[in-house]
Amino acid sequence: MNLTWMAWTLPTAIFFITILVLLCGMAVWEYVSPGGNPRVGVLRFETTRGDRLFVSLLGSAFIHLAWLGLVGPNLWWALALSVVYAVGVFRYV
Amino acid sequence: MEKTWNNKAWFMVLPVLLLVAFSAVIPLMTVVNYSVQDTFGNNVFFWNGSDWYTEILESERFWLSMVRNLIFSATILAIEIPLGIFIALNMPKKGWGVPVCLVLMALPLLIPWNVVGTIWQVFGRIDIGLLGYTLSSLGFDYNYVNDPTDAWVTVILMDVWHWTSLVVLLCYAGLVSIPDAFYQAAKIDGASRWAVFRYIQLPKMNRVLLIAVLLRFMDSFMIYTEPFVVTGGGPGNSTTFLSIDLVKIAIGQFDLGPAAAMSIIYFLIILLLSWVFYTVMTSVDAER
Repeated sequence: MNLTWMAWTLPTAIFFITILVLLCGMAVWEYVSPGGNPRVGVLRFETTRGDRLFVSLLGSAFIHLAWLGLVGPNLWWALALSVVYAVGVFRYV
Repeated sequence: MEKTWNNKAWFMVLPVLLLVAFSAVIPLMTVVNYSVQDTFGNNVFFWNGSDWYTEILESERFWLSMVRNLIFSATILAIEIPLGIFIALNMPKKGWGVPVCLVLMALPLLIPWNVVGTIWQVFGRIDIGLLGYTLSSLGFDYNYVNDPTDAWVTVILMDVWHWTSLVVLLCYAGLVSIPDAFYQAAKIDGASRWAVFRYIQLPKMNRVLLIAVLLRFMDSFMIYTEPFVVTGGGPGNSTTFLSIDLVKIAIGQFDLGPAAAMSIIYFLIILLLSWVFYTVMTSVDAER
């Protein structure tokens, strides 16, 4: 199958593989512990594991954009901040 | 009793997953790939990192389009939602008037977007259009081709004409699903018309209103065809919304990299705002 029209690069492939691995991990987690572990966290509304992953990914995207716009093109610190943010979301939201 | 979990049911969603993958996920992945590269055509790409994102985030043109789009969405929501509720409340609930009203309400929704744009483009013209000619005859200095305010009024009126029906039909569906017992109880309690609306009709319409607000927000935030046909984004850039600007960059200038970066930022903003709307409204619903 020729996928050159999709203009793949190694970094974008790694990015999408990471997302896929996260989704597979969530599926396995759900299989092992069904129900999504719903709870009410600091945002004061009920969230499941899937909601928390969504909030983590969306927030990480905005952290990267904000870093680009306000700090500069070196995104490693933004990535580190996003991981800390995601851990915080899964722990407290 | 403990709830039974059967994860095999997830296999039932596989066909939808495949459909969404081909219609949305794969194109989105391609846009992400384009957004980090530059191309001069012929399927040859050069790595560009995050430069296009930086360029878009620092572009005044992008932020002005964004502000125009937010003002447009807020304006049409502020008009269409109350107007839709008002019309739905006053529509007949039984008799021959029901099908007549439903058909009349559905008519604008059946017209293709480019045709709606063409209708309003002609309607607003001061030489042959009914609206433009009438306003000019009455002494109003109306000309949507030259005046940004007139262009905005025309685009907003067009959207209200086209889409208020959707809000009406959704609210009407919510209203007719309320059992008569609620109204009888309210009558026994001597509830006022406002109290019936506030404590019976509005809560019962909550879910359909959530759908209406979400649909209208997302649709208005992505609006392209109608304003493009009527004003072409002008006069100047006064009605250039994000999607019009995006098409100008992608197809007009053939700058695929910046257009892809702008698409991703645009997509993330829509995703965030829709999630906020959905979460807030479902939380309010849950509290009730």
